[in-house]
Amino acid sequence: MNDLLTGIQTAIGLILVADPEVLNITFRTLQITFSSVLLSTIIAIPLGSAITFRNFHGKKTLISLIQTLYALPTVIVGLLCYMLLSRSGPLGELRWLFTPNGMIFGQTILIIPIMTGLSIAALQAIDPVITDTIRSLGASRLQFLRSHLREARFAIMAAIIVGFSRAISEVGTAIMIGGNIKGHTRVLTTAISLQTSMGNFNLSLALGIILLAIALVINLFMGFVQNR
Amino acid sequence: MIDIRNLTKEFDGNYVLTDVSETIRKGEIFAIIGPSGQGKTTLLRILGLLERPTSGQVLLEGRSITHLSDNDPVRRRIGMVFQNHVAFKDSVYNNIAIGLRYRGFGKDEIKKKILQKLDEIGLAGYENRKATTLSGGEKQRVSLARVMVTGPDILILDEPTANLDPVSTEVIEDLIRYYNKELGTTVLMSTHDLIQGQRLADRVAVMMNGRFIQSGTIFDVFTRPCSVDVAKFIGIGNILPGKVIRKEDGISVILTHGVEIFAIGENPVGTRVKVAIRPEEITLHTGPDRWSSARNVIFGTVTGVRPFGIISLIGVKSGDLHLSAQVTWQSIHELDLKPGVQVVLSFKAPSVHLMPEENHHECR
Repeated sequence: MNDLLTGIQTAIGLILVADPEVLNITFRTLQITFSSVLLSTIIAIPLGSAITFRNFHGKKTLISLIQTLYALPTVIVGLLCYMLLSRSGPLGELRWLFTPNGMIFGQTILIIPIMTGLSIAALQAIDPVITDTIRSLGASRLQFLRSHLREARFAIMAAIIVGFSRAISEVGTAIMIGGNIKGHTRVLTTAISLQTSMGNFNLSLALGIILLAIALVINLFMGFVQNR
Repeated sequence: MIDIRNLTKEFDGNYVLTDVSETIRKGEIFAIIGPSGQGKTTLLRILGLLERPTSGQVLLEGRSITHLSDNDPVRRRIGMVFQNHVAFKDSVYNNIAIGLRYRGFGKDEIKKKILQKLDEIGLAGYENRKATTLSGGEKQRVSLARVMVTGPDILILDEPTANLDPVSTEVIEDLIRYYNKELGTTVLMSTHDLIQGQRLADRVAVMMNGRFIQSGTIFDVFTRPCSVDVAKFIGIGNILPGKVIRKEDGISVILTHGVEIFAIGENPVGTRVKVAIRPEEITLHTGPDRWSSARNVIFGTVTGVRPFGIISLIGVKSGDLHLSAQVTWQSIHELDLKPGVQVVLSFKAPSVHLMPEENHHECR
Protein backbone atom coordinates (compact mmCIF):
# COMPACT_ATOMS: atom_id res chain seq x y z
CA MET A 1 0.00 0.00 0.00
CA ASN A 2 2.85 2.34 0.91
CA ASP A 3 4.55 1.54 -2.38
CA LEU A 4 1.44 2.62 -4.19
CA LEU A 5 1.23 5.92 -2.28
CA THR A 6 4.88 6.79 -2.85
CA GLY A 7 4.38 5.74 -6.45
CA ILE A 8 1.52 8.17 -6.88
CA GLN A 9 3.50 10.94 -5.21
CA THR A 10 6.47 10.36 -7.49
CA ALA A 11 4.15 10.18 -10.47
CA ILE A 12 2.57 13.53 -9.66
CA GLY A 13 6.05 14.94 -9.18
CA LEU A 14 7.13 13.69 -12.61
CA ILE A 15 4.09 15.26 -14.20
CA LEU A 16 4.50 18.56 -12.35
CA VAL A 17 8.17 18.96 -13.30
CA ALA A 18 7.21 18.11 -16.92
CA ASP A 19 9.77 15.34 -17.26
CA PRO A 20 10.95 15.50 -20.90
CA GLU A 21 10.78 11.72 -21.36
CA VAL A 22 7.21 11.63 -20.03
CA LEU A 23 6.16 14.60 -22.18
CA ASN A 24 7.70 13.07 -25.26
CA ILE A 25 5.81 9.80 -24.79
CA THR A 26 2.55 11.60 -24.02
CA PHE A 27 2.67 13.81 -27.11
CA ARG A 28 3.45 10.86 -29.36
CA THR A 29 0.58 8.90 -27.87
CA LEU A 30 -1.83 11.76 -28.50
CA GLN A 31 -0.54 12.25 -32.01
CA ILE A 32 -0.94 8.59 -32.93
CA THR A 33 -4.31 8.13 -31.21
CA PHE A 34 -5.87 11.29 -32.61
CA SER A 35 -4.65 10.40 -36.08
CA SER A 36 -6.14 6.94 -35.99
CA VAL A 37 -9.43 8.20 -34.50
CA LEU A 38 -9.63 10.87 -37.20
CA LEU A 39 -8.93 8.38 -39.99
CA SER A 40 -11.35 5.87 -38.54
CA THR A 41 -14.07 8.53 -38.20
CA ILE A 42 -13.66 9.48 -41.84
CA ILE A 43 -14.11 5.84 -42.81
CA ALA A 44 -16.54 4.50 -40.17
CA ILE A 45 -19.28 7.18 -40.26
CA PRO A 46 -19.85 7.14 -44.03
CA LEU A 47 -19.57 3.34 -43.97
CA GLY A 48 -22.07 3.10 -41.10
CA SER A 49 -24.44 5.52 -42.87
CA ALA A 50 -24.26 3.55 -46.10
CA ILE A 51 -24.99 0.29 -44.30
CA THR A 52 -27.87 1.86 -42.33
CA PHE A 53 -29.65 3.60 -45.18
CA ARG A 54 -29.13 1.11 -47.99
CA ASN A 55 -31.02 -2.09 -48.31
CA PHE A 56 -29.02 -4.98 -49.65
CA HIS A 57 -28.81 -8.71 -49.35
CA GLY A 58 -26.92 -9.88 -46.27
CA LYS A 59 -27.24 -6.58 -44.38
CA LYS A 60 -28.03 -8.24 -41.06
CA THR A 61 -25.16 -10.70 -41.46
CA LEU A 62 -22.77 -7.86 -42.22
CA ILE A 63 -23.88 -5.96 -39.11
CA SER A 64 -23.42 -9.11 -36.97
CA LEU A 65 -19.97 -9.55 -38.43
CA ILE A 66 -19.05 -5.94 -37.63
CA GLN A 67 -20.31 -6.42 -34.07
CA THR A 68 -18.24 -9.57 -33.72
CA LEU A 69 -15.17 -7.56 -34.68
CA TYR A 70 -15.71 -5.30 -31.62
CA ALA A 71 -13.86 -8.08 -29.81
CA LEU A 72 -11.03 -8.14 -32.34
CA PRO A 73 -7.89 -8.90 -30.26
CA THR A 74 -5.25 -6.20 -30.57
CA VAL A 75 -2.55 -8.83 -31.09
CA ILE A 76 -4.45 -10.29 -34.05
CA VAL A 77 -4.58 -6.83 -35.63
CA GLY A 78 -0.90 -6.53 -34.78
CA LEU A 79 -0.14 -9.82 -36.45
CA LEU A 80 -2.15 -9.00 -39.60
CA CYS A 81 -0.63 -5.54 -39.91
CA TYR A 82 2.84 -6.94 -39.30
CA MET A 83 2.33 -9.36 -42.19
CA LEU A 84 0.94 -6.58 -44.41
CA LEU A 85 3.66 -4.07 -43.58
CA SER A 86 6.70 -6.34 -43.38
CA ARG A 87 9.31 -6.01 -46.14
CA SER A 88 7.93 -8.94 -48.11
CA GLY A 89 4.27 -8.09 -47.39
CA PRO A 90 1.88 -6.44 -49.86
CA LEU A 91 2.36 -3.01 -48.21
CA GLY A 92 6.05 -3.50 -47.49
CA GLU A 93 6.95 -0.73 -49.96
CA LEU A 94 5.50 1.83 -47.50
CA ARG A 95 8.30 1.06 -45.00
CA TRP A 96 5.79 1.60 -42.18
CA LEU A 97 6.84 -1.24 -39.92
CA PHE A 98 8.24 0.09 -36.62
CA THR A 99 7.07 3.63 -37.44
CA PRO A 100 4.29 5.82 -35.98
CA ASN A 101 2.54 5.62 -39.36
CA GLY A 102 2.38 1.86 -39.04
CA MET A 103 0.90 2.22 -35.55
CA ILE A 104 -1.73 4.64 -36.86
CA PHE A 105 -2.53 2.15 -39.61
CA GLY A 106 -2.94 -0.69 -37.10
CA GLN A 107 -5.04 1.29 -34.62
CA THR A 108 -7.28 2.56 -37.39
CA ILE A 109 -8.03 -0.98 -38.46
CA LEU A 110 -8.56 -1.95 -34.84
CA ILE A 111 -11.23 0.68 -34.12
CA ILE A 112 -13.03 0.85 -37.48
CA PRO A 113 -15.40 -2.04 -36.61
CA ILE A 114 -16.53 -0.66 -33.26
CA MET A 115 -16.92 2.88 -34.61
CA THR A 116 -18.83 1.64 -37.66
CA GLY A 117 -21.03 -0.62 -35.54
CA LEU A 118 -21.83 2.08 -33.00
CA SER A 119 -22.56 4.57 -35.81
CA ILE A 120 -25.03 2.09 -37.29
CA ALA A 121 -26.64 1.63 -33.87
CA ALA A 122 -26.80 5.41 -33.41
CA LEU A 123 -28.50 5.96 -36.77
CA GLN A 124 -30.86 3.03 -36.34
CA ALA A 125 -31.99 4.39 -32.98
CA ILE A 126 -33.47 7.49 -34.62
CA ASP A 127 -37.27 7.56 -34.39
CA PRO A 128 -38.75 6.54 -37.78
CA VAL A 129 -41.04 9.57 -37.58
CA ILE A 130 -37.91 11.76 -37.71
CA THR A 131 -36.84 9.94 -40.89
CA ASP A 132 -40.33 10.39 -42.36
CA THR A 133 -40.27 14.07 -41.43
CA ILE A 134 -36.87 14.60 -43.06
CA ARG A 135 -38.02 12.83 -46.23
CA SER A 136 -41.34 14.60 -46.45
CA LEU A 137 -39.69 18.01 -46.00
CA GLY A 138 -38.00 17.27 -49.32
CA ALA A 139 -34.41 16.70 -48.19
CA SER A 140 -31.86 15.93 -50.87
CA ARG A 141 -29.69 12.85 -50.39
CA LEU A 142 -26.96 14.86 -48.68
CA GLN A 143 -29.44 16.84 -46.55
CA PHE A 144 -31.08 13.56 -45.54
CA LEU A 145 -27.73 12.23 -44.34
CA ARG A 146 -26.67 15.45 -42.63
CA SER A 147 -29.97 15.74 -40.73
CA HIS A 148 -29.72 12.14 -39.55
CA LEU A 149 -26.12 12.53 -38.42
CA ARG A 150 -27.06 15.71 -36.61
CA GLU A 151 -29.98 13.97 -34.89
CA ALA A 152 -27.67 11.10 -33.86
CA ARG A 153 -24.76 13.39 -33.00
CA PHE A 154 -24.56 12.48 -29.29
CA ALA A 155 -24.51 8.74 -29.98
CA ILE A 156 -22.00 9.28 -32.80
CA MET A 157 -19.79 11.24 -30.40
CA ALA A 158 -20.03 8.35 -28.00
CA ALA A 159 -18.86 6.06 -30.82
CA ILE A 160 -15.87 8.34 -31.35
CA ILE A 161 -15.07 8.33 -27.62
CA VAL A 162 -15.21 4.54 -27.53
CA GLY A 163 -12.88 4.40 -30.55
CA PHE A 164 -10.53 6.85 -28.88
CA SER A 165 -10.56 4.90 -25.62
CA ARG A 166 -9.80 1.63 -27.36
CA ALA A 167 -6.97 3.19 -29.40
CA ILE A 168 -5.27 4.99 -26.52
CA SER A 169 -5.41 2.01 -24.18
CA GLU A 170 -4.36 -0.81 -26.49
CA VAL A 171 -0.86 -2.22 -26.26
CA GLY A 172 -0.80 -5.25 -28.58
CA THR A 173 -0.77 -3.45 -31.92
CA ALA A 174 1.43 -0.63 -30.64
CA ILE A 175 4.16 -2.98 -29.49
CA MET A 176 4.01 -5.35 -32.48
CA ILE A 177 3.92 -2.69 -35.18
CA GLY A 178 5.74 0.10 -33.34
CA GLY A 179 8.29 -1.99 -31.54
CA ASN A 180 8.47 0.41 -28.54
CA ILE A 181 11.51 2.25 -29.92
CA LYS A 182 12.53 5.00 -27.51
CA GLY A 183 11.95 8.47 -28.91
CA HIS A 184 10.33 7.08 -32.01
CA THR A 185 7.43 4.67 -31.43
CA ARG A 186 7.23 4.47 -27.64
CA VAL A 187 3.73 5.35 -26.40
CA LEU A 188 2.16 5.40 -22.93
CA THR A 189 0.99 1.79 -22.91
CA THR A 190 4.19 0.28 -24.31
CA ALA A 191 6.24 2.42 -21.93
CA ILE A 192 4.19 1.23 -18.95
CA SER A 193 4.71 -2.35 -20.03
CA LEU A 194 8.47 -1.88 -20.36
CA GLN A 195 8.97 0.16 -17.17
CA THR A 196 6.96 -2.35 -15.14
CA SER A 197 9.06 -5.25 -16.40
CA MET A 198 12.15 -3.21 -15.45
CA GLY A 199 10.79 -2.60 -11.95
CA ASN A 200 10.26 1.19 -12.42
CA PHE A 201 6.83 1.16 -10.87
CA ASN A 202 6.82 4.90 -10.13
CA LEU A 203 7.33 5.86 -13.74
CA SER A 204 4.76 3.27 -14.82
CA LEU A 205 2.22 4.70 -12.41
CA ALA A 206 2.93 8.24 -13.60
CA LEU A 207 2.33 7.19 -17.20
CA GLY A 208 -0.84 5.34 -16.21
CA ILE A 209 -2.20 8.41 -14.42
CA ILE A 210 -1.47 10.53 -17.46
CA LEU A 211 -3.27 8.07 -19.71
CA LEU A 212 -6.36 8.11 -17.51
CA ALA A 213 -6.21 11.88 -17.16
CA ILE A 214 -6.25 12.26 -20.94
CA ALA A 215 -9.29 9.98 -21.14
CA LEU A 216 -10.97 12.01 -18.40
CA VAL A 217 -10.35 15.33 -20.14
CA ILE A 218 -11.69 13.98 -23.43
CA ASN A 219 -14.83 12.65 -21.75
CA LEU A 220 -15.40 15.87 -19.82
CA PHE A 221 -15.07 17.84 -23.04
CA MET A 222 -17.55 15.61 -24.85
CA GLY A 223 -19.94 15.80 -21.91
CA PHE A 224 -19.70 19.58 -22.01
CA VAL A 225 -20.45 19.62 -25.74
CA GLN A 226 -23.44 17.31 -25.27
CA ASN A 227 -24.98 19.43 -22.54
CA ARG A 228 -24.77 22.58 -24.53
CA MET B 1 -56.38 18.80 -57.56
CA ILE B 2 -55.44 15.29 -56.39
CA ASP B 3 -56.83 12.32 -58.26
CA ILE B 4 -56.50 9.01 -56.49
CA ARG B 5 -57.01 6.24 -59.00
CA ASN B 6 -57.53 2.59 -58.08
CA LEU B 7 -54.81 2.56 -55.44
CA THR B 8 -53.89 -0.81 -54.06
CA LYS B 9 -51.18 -1.55 -51.52
CA GLU B 10 -50.01 -4.98 -50.54
CA PHE B 11 -47.67 -5.84 -47.67
CA ASP B 12 -46.50 -9.47 -47.63
CA GLY B 13 -49.62 -10.77 -49.34
CA ASN B 14 -52.03 -8.69 -47.24
CA TYR B 15 -54.02 -6.02 -49.01
CA VAL B 16 -53.94 -2.91 -46.86
CA LEU B 17 -55.61 -0.82 -49.55
CA THR B 18 -57.93 -2.16 -52.21
CA ASP B 19 -58.96 -0.14 -55.23
CA VAL B 20 -59.18 3.26 -53.55
CA SER B 21 -60.32 6.12 -55.79
CA GLU B 22 -61.27 9.69 -54.90
CA THR B 23 -60.80 13.25 -56.06
CA ILE B 24 -59.59 15.87 -53.62
CA ARG B 25 -60.49 19.42 -54.57
CA LYS B 26 -58.17 22.40 -54.29
CA GLY B 27 -58.61 24.29 -51.04
CA GLU B 28 -60.83 21.83 -49.23
CA ILE B 29 -60.35 19.95 -45.99
CA PHE B 30 -60.82 16.30 -46.78
CA ALA B 31 -60.95 13.86 -43.87
CA ILE B 32 -60.53 10.13 -44.02
CA ILE B 33 -62.46 8.72 -41.12
CA GLY B 34 -62.65 5.18 -39.90
CA PRO B 35 -61.55 2.91 -37.09
CA SER B 36 -57.83 2.34 -36.43
CA GLY B 37 -55.93 -0.18 -38.52
CA GLN B 38 -58.05 0.13 -41.65
CA GLY B 39 -55.47 1.60 -44.02
CA LYS B 40 -55.80 5.35 -43.41
CA THR B 41 -52.14 5.84 -42.55
CA THR B 42 -50.95 3.79 -45.52
CA LEU B 43 -53.07 5.85 -47.89
CA LEU B 44 -51.74 9.12 -46.47
CA ARG B 45 -48.17 7.84 -46.65
CA ILE B 46 -48.66 7.10 -50.34
CA LEU B 47 -50.14 10.57 -50.89
CA GLY B 48 -47.23 12.03 -48.87
CA LEU B 49 -44.81 10.19 -51.20
CA LEU B 50 -43.36 8.09 -48.39
CA GLU B 51 -44.63 4.81 -49.84
CA ARG B 52 -45.35 3.58 -53.31
CA PRO B 53 -48.59 1.81 -54.16
CA THR B 54 -48.61 -1.76 -55.44
CA SER B 55 -50.86 -0.60 -58.24
CA GLY B 56 -52.92 2.42 -59.21
CA GLN B 57 -51.73 5.98 -59.19
CA VAL B 58 -52.04 9.43 -57.70
CA LEU B 59 -52.28 12.42 -60.03
CA LEU B 60 -51.42 15.91 -58.86
CA GLU B 61 -52.87 18.42 -61.30
CA GLY B 62 -52.92 15.69 -63.92
CA ARG B 63 -49.36 14.48 -63.40
CA SER B 64 -48.64 11.09 -61.85
CA ILE B 65 -46.64 11.44 -58.62
CA THR B 66 -46.58 7.85 -57.43
CA HIS B 67 -43.11 6.94 -58.58
CA LEU B 68 -41.09 10.10 -58.05
CA SER B 69 -37.52 10.12 -56.84
CA ASP B 70 -36.71 11.48 -53.38
CA ASN B 71 -35.32 14.64 -54.97
CA ASP B 72 -38.36 15.54 -57.05
CA PRO B 73 -39.50 19.14 -56.43
CA VAL B 74 -43.15 17.99 -56.16
CA ARG B 75 -42.25 16.55 -52.77
CA ARG B 76 -41.70 20.10 -51.53
CA ARG B 77 -45.27 21.05 -52.38
CA ILE B 78 -46.65 18.41 -50.03
CA GLY B 79 -46.16 18.69 -46.26
CA MET B 80 -46.92 16.01 -43.74
CA VAL B 81 -47.53 15.90 -39.98
CA PHE B 82 -47.55 12.55 -38.22
CA GLN B 83 -49.55 11.04 -35.41
CA ASN B 84 -46.61 10.52 -33.06
CA HIS B 85 -45.32 13.94 -32.20
CA VAL B 86 -41.56 13.92 -32.19
CA ALA B 87 -39.10 16.77 -32.26
CA PHE B 88 -35.53 16.91 -33.47
CA LYS B 89 -33.01 16.99 -30.61
CA ASP B 90 -32.48 20.66 -31.20
CA SER B 91 -33.88 24.09 -30.39
CA VAL B 92 -37.44 24.99 -31.38
CA TYR B 93 -35.92 27.45 -33.86
CA ASN B 94 -33.80 24.80 -35.57
CA ASN B 95 -36.75 22.41 -35.57
CA ILE B 96 -38.80 24.82 -37.63
CA ALA B 97 -35.87 25.98 -39.77
CA ILE B 98 -34.99 22.56 -41.17
CA GLY B 99 -37.27 22.60 -44.24
CA LEU B 100 -36.30 26.19 -45.05
CA ARG B 101 -32.61 25.26 -44.89
CA TYR B 102 -33.25 22.38 -47.30
CA ARG B 103 -34.70 24.95 -49.66
CA GLY B 104 -31.69 27.22 -49.37
CA PHE B 105 -33.33 30.26 -47.78
CA GLY B 106 -31.05 32.94 -46.35
CA LYS B 107 -30.57 33.45 -42.61
CA ASP B 108 -32.58 36.65 -42.35
CA GLU B 109 -35.50 35.28 -44.30
CA ILE B 110 -35.52 32.10 -42.22
CA LYS B 111 -35.56 34.14 -39.04
CA LYS B 112 -38.41 36.33 -40.23
CA LYS B 113 -40.53 33.35 -41.30
CA ILE B 114 -39.88 31.41 -38.09
CA LEU B 115 -40.75 34.30 -35.79
CA GLN B 116 -44.00 34.76 -37.68
CA LYS B 117 -44.85 31.04 -37.43
CA LEU B 118 -43.99 30.94 -33.72
CA ASP B 119 -46.42 33.77 -33.25
CA GLU B 120 -49.12 31.94 -35.21
CA ILE B 121 -48.77 28.74 -33.21
CA GLY B 122 -48.74 30.64 -29.92
CA LEU B 123 -45.15 29.80 -29.02
CA ALA B 124 -43.55 33.22 -29.46
CA GLY B 125 -40.40 33.45 -27.34
CA TYR B 126 -39.82 29.67 -27.42
CA GLU B 127 -37.16 29.75 -30.17
CA ASN B 128 -34.24 28.80 -27.92
CA ARG B 129 -36.07 26.13 -25.92
CA LYS B 130 -35.01 22.51 -26.45
CA ALA B 131 -37.85 21.08 -28.53
CA THR B 132 -37.65 17.67 -26.83
CA THR B 133 -38.68 19.29 -23.53
CA LEU B 134 -41.98 20.60 -24.93
CA SER B 135 -45.35 18.99 -24.14
CA GLY B 136 -47.01 16.73 -26.71
CA GLY B 137 -49.36 19.47 -27.87
CA GLU B 138 -46.53 21.97 -28.19
CA LYS B 139 -44.42 19.49 -30.15
CA GLN B 140 -47.31 18.91 -32.52
CA ARG B 141 -47.68 22.69 -32.99
CA VAL B 142 -43.97 22.86 -33.78
CA SER B 143 -44.42 19.99 -36.27
CA LEU B 144 -47.21 21.94 -37.93
CA ALA B 145 -45.11 25.10 -38.04
CA ARG B 146 -42.13 23.17 -39.44
CA VAL B 147 -44.26 22.07 -42.36
CA MET B 148 -46.32 25.24 -42.87
CA VAL B 149 -43.30 27.56 -42.83
CA THR B 150 -42.25 25.96 -46.13
CA GLY B 151 -45.57 27.02 -47.66
CA PRO B 152 -46.85 23.70 -49.03
CA ASP B 153 -49.88 23.57 -51.33
CA ILE B 154 -51.07 20.38 -49.68
CA LEU B 155 -50.96 19.57 -45.98
CA ILE B 156 -51.32 15.93 -44.97
CA LEU B 157 -52.14 15.19 -41.34
CA ASP B 158 -52.21 11.64 -40.04
CA GLU B 159 -54.35 11.56 -36.89
CA PRO B 160 -52.79 14.84 -35.79
CA THR B 161 -54.53 14.95 -32.41
CA ALA B 162 -54.84 11.24 -31.59
CA ASN B 163 -52.38 11.43 -28.70
CA LEU B 164 -53.31 14.87 -27.40
CA ASP B 165 -55.47 16.22 -24.58
CA PRO B 166 -58.70 18.11 -25.46
CA VAL B 167 -57.21 21.59 -25.04
CA SER B 168 -54.22 20.85 -27.31
CA THR B 169 -56.60 19.21 -29.78
CA GLU B 170 -58.61 22.40 -30.00
CA VAL B 171 -55.48 24.47 -30.62
CA ILE B 172 -54.35 22.15 -33.42
CA GLU B 173 -57.83 22.14 -34.97
CA ASP B 174 -57.92 25.95 -34.92
CA LEU B 175 -54.53 26.05 -36.63
CA ILE B 176 -55.63 23.58 -39.31
CA ARG B 177 -58.71 25.68 -40.00
CA TYR B 178 -56.60 28.87 -40.02
CA TYR B 179 -54.08 27.53 -42.55
CA ASN B 180 -56.86 26.18 -44.74
CA LYS B 181 -58.89 29.39 -44.73
CA GLU B 182 -56.13 32.02 -44.63
CA LEU B 183 -53.52 30.39 -46.83
CA GLY B 184 -55.82 28.25 -48.96
CA THR B 185 -53.82 25.12 -48.18
CA THR B 186 -55.56 21.94 -49.27
CA VAL B 187 -55.78 19.70 -46.21
CA LEU B 188 -55.97 15.93 -46.26
CA MET B 189 -56.29 14.38 -42.86
CA SER B 190 -57.21 11.16 -41.17
CA THR B 191 -59.03 10.80 -37.91
CA HIS B 192 -60.80 8.05 -36.03
CA ASP B 193 -62.83 10.78 -34.36
CA LEU B 194 -65.81 11.49 -36.59
CA ILE B 195 -66.79 14.48 -34.50
CA GLN B 196 -63.42 15.99 -35.40
CA GLY B 197 -64.28 15.23 -39.02
CA GLN B 198 -67.56 17.06 -38.49
CA ARG B 199 -65.80 20.06 -36.93
CA LEU B 200 -63.14 20.42 -39.62
CA ALA B 201 -63.88 18.68 -42.86
CA ASP B 202 -65.65 19.90 -45.98
CA ARG B 203 -65.90 16.32 -47.17
CA VAL B 204 -65.14 12.97 -45.62
CA ALA B 205 -64.55 9.44 -46.79
CA VAL B 206 -65.15 6.45 -44.55
CA MET B 207 -62.37 3.89 -44.82
CA MET B 208 -62.89 0.31 -43.73
CA ASN B 209 -60.84 -2.77 -44.63
CA GLY B 210 -58.69 -0.71 -46.96
CA ARG B 211 -61.60 0.63 -49.00
CA PHE B 212 -63.50 3.87 -49.16
CA ILE B 213 -66.98 2.63 -48.31
CA GLN B 214 -68.66 5.99 -48.49
CA SER B 215 -67.67 9.56 -49.19
CA GLY B 216 -69.51 12.85 -49.24
CA THR B 217 -70.27 15.67 -46.87
CA ILE B 218 -70.20 14.79 -43.22
CA PHE B 219 -73.97 15.44 -43.24
CA ASP B 220 -74.51 12.79 -45.92
CA VAL B 221 -72.49 10.24 -44.03
CA PHE B 222 -74.14 11.06 -40.71
CA THR B 223 -77.68 10.99 -41.98
CA ARG B 224 -77.47 8.45 -44.79
CA PRO B 225 -74.83 5.83 -43.96
CA CYS B 226 -74.71 3.46 -46.88
CA SER B 227 -73.85 0.27 -45.05
CA VAL B 228 -74.21 -1.37 -41.68
CA ASP B 229 -70.48 -0.92 -41.00
CA VAL B 230 -70.71 2.81 -41.58
CA ALA B 231 -73.90 3.04 -39.54
CA LYS B 232 -72.22 1.25 -36.65
CA PHE B 233 -69.10 3.41 -36.92
CA ILE B 234 -71.06 6.66 -36.78
CA GLY B 235 -72.85 5.35 -33.72
CA ILE B 236 -76.33 4.47 -34.89
CA GLY B 237 -77.54 2.26 -32.08
CA ASN B 238 -80.53 0.57 -33.72
CA ILE B 239 -79.77 -1.51 -36.81
CA LEU B 240 -82.45 -4.06 -37.66
CA PRO B 241 -82.99 -6.51 -40.52
CA GLY B 242 -86.26 -5.99 -42.39
CA LYS B 243 -88.20 -6.29 -45.64
CA VAL B 244 -90.24 -3.75 -47.59
CA ILE B 245 -93.80 -5.20 -47.53
CA ARG B 246 -95.89 -2.44 -49.08
CA LYS B 247 -96.06 1.30 -49.91
CA GLU B 248 -98.53 3.74 -48.40
CA ASP B 249 -98.73 7.30 -49.83
CA GLY B 250 -95.11 7.02 -51.00
CA ILE B 251 -93.97 5.81 -47.62
CA SER B 252 -92.40 2.35 -47.35
CA VAL B 253 -93.66 -0.06 -44.74
CA ILE B 254 -90.94 -2.32 -43.38
CA LEU B 255 -91.57 -5.45 -41.42
CA THR B 256 -88.88 -6.01 -38.80
CA HIS B 257 -89.11 -8.59 -36.02
CA GLY B 258 -92.86 -8.76 -36.52
CA VAL B 259 -93.34 -4.99 -36.19
CA GLU B 260 -94.31 -2.64 -39.04
CA ILE B 261 -92.15 0.49 -39.36
CA PHE B 262 -92.80 3.44 -41.67
CA ALA B 263 -89.82 4.83 -43.53
CA ILE B 264 -88.94 7.05 -46.48
CA GLY B 265 -87.13 5.01 -49.12
CA GLU B 266 -86.87 4.14 -52.77
CA ASN B 267 -86.52 0.39 -52.29
CA PRO B 268 -89.18 -1.60 -54.16
CA VAL B 269 -91.61 -3.88 -52.36
CA GLY B 270 -90.03 -7.20 -51.52
CA THR B 271 -86.47 -5.84 -50.99
CA ARG B 272 -84.58 -7.00 -47.92
CA VAL B 273 -83.08 -3.99 -46.11
CA LYS B 274 -81.33 -2.93 -42.94
CA VAL B 275 -83.20 -0.35 -40.91
CA ALA B 276 -81.18 2.27 -39.00
CA ILE B 277 -82.76 4.47 -36.36
CA ARG B 278 -80.72 6.79 -34.16
CA PRO B 279 -81.60 6.44 -30.47
CA GLU B 280 -81.71 10.24 -30.24
CA GLU B 281 -84.49 10.34 -32.87
CA ILE B 282 -86.76 8.16 -30.74
CA THR B 283 -89.04 9.85 -28.21
CA LEU B 284 -90.00 7.90 -25.13
CA HIS B 285 -93.17 8.45 -23.07
CA THR B 286 -95.13 6.72 -20.41
CA GLY B 287 -98.39 8.62 -21.15
CA PRO B 288 -100.55 8.32 -24.29
CA ASP B 289 -100.96 11.82 -25.76
CA ARG B 290 -97.79 13.36 -26.99
CA TRP B 291 -96.77 11.11 -29.87
CA SER B 292 -99.58 11.96 -32.28
CA SER B 293 -97.43 13.61 -35.02
CA ALA B 294 -95.01 10.71 -35.39
CA ARG B 295 -95.78 7.99 -37.91
CA ASN B 296 -94.22 5.20 -35.88
CA VAL B 297 -95.60 4.34 -32.47
CA ILE B 298 -94.40 1.25 -30.65
CA PHE B 299 -95.53 -0.01 -27.25
CA GLY B 300 -92.95 -1.86 -25.22
CA THR B 301 -91.28 -2.68 -21.91
CA VAL B 302 -88.05 -1.23 -20.54
CA THR B 303 -85.31 -3.88 -20.39
CA GLY B 304 -82.41 -1.80 -19.15
CA VAL B 305 -80.89 1.63 -18.55
CA ARG B 306 -77.32 2.40 -19.70
CA PRO B 307 -75.99 5.76 -18.55
CA PHE B 308 -73.73 7.90 -20.82
CA GLY B 309 -73.10 10.97 -18.73
CA ILE B 310 -76.02 13.36 -18.76
CA ILE B 311 -78.02 11.18 -21.16
CA SER B 312 -78.86 7.50 -20.97
CA LEU B 313 -79.80 4.79 -23.40
CA ILE B 314 -83.01 2.99 -22.52
CA GLY B 315 -83.41 -0.52 -23.89
CA VAL B 316 -87.00 -1.29 -24.86
CA LYS B 317 -88.48 -4.62 -25.98
CA SER B 318 -91.63 -5.01 -28.04
CA GLY B 319 -92.19 -8.65 -28.93
CA ASP B 320 -88.96 -9.71 -30.68
CA LEU B 321 -88.03 -6.13 -31.47
CA HIS B 322 -85.30 -4.49 -29.36
CA LEU B 323 -84.72 -0.74 -29.64
CA SER B 324 -82.62 1.82 -27.79
CA ALA B 325 -83.93 5.30 -27.08
CA GLN B 326 -82.03 8.24 -25.72
CA VAL B 327 -83.41 10.17 -22.74
CA THR B 328 -81.99 12.71 -20.35
CA TRP B 329 -81.04 11.85 -16.84
CA GLN B 330 -83.83 14.05 -15.60
CA SER B 331 -86.45 12.14 -17.62
CA ILE B 332 -85.32 8.86 -16.10
CA HIS B 333 -86.25 10.22 -12.69
CA GLU B 334 -89.43 11.99 -13.82
CA LEU B 335 -90.74 8.92 -15.65
CA ASP B 336 -89.27 6.54 -13.06
CA LEU B 337 -87.71 4.41 -15.81
CA LYS B 338 -86.50 1.00 -14.75
CA PRO B 339 -86.75 -2.50 -16.19
CA GLY B 340 -90.36 -3.65 -16.48
CA VAL B 341 -91.94 -0.20 -16.93
CA GLN B 342 -94.40 0.04 -19.86
CA VAL B 343 -93.44 2.78 -22.33
CA VAL B 344 -94.39 4.17 -25.73
CA LEU B 345 -91.72 4.88 -28.35
CA SER B 346 -92.42 7.23 -31.22
CA PHE B 347 -90.36 8.40 -34.18
CA LYS B 348 -91.02 9.99 -37.55
CA ALA B 349 -90.77 8.15 -40.84
CA PRO B 350 -87.88 10.42 -42.10
CA SER B 351 -85.90 9.41 -39.01
CA VAL B 352 -85.76 5.86 -40.29
CA HIS B 353 -82.88 5.26 -42.69
CA LEU B 354 -82.85 2.24 -44.99
CA MET B 355 -79.62 0.55 -46.12
CA PRO B 356 -78.93 -2.37 -48.42
CA GLU B 357 -78.91 -5.70 -46.66
CA GLU B 358 -75.44 -6.83 -47.70
CA ASN B 359 -72.50 -5.30 -45.88
CA HIS B 360 -69.36 -3.75 -47.46
CA HIS B 361 -71.55 -2.23 -50.08
CA GLU B 362 -69.78 0.68 -51.74
CA CYS B 363 -72.31 3.36 -52.42
CA ARG B 364 -70.57 6.37 -53.78
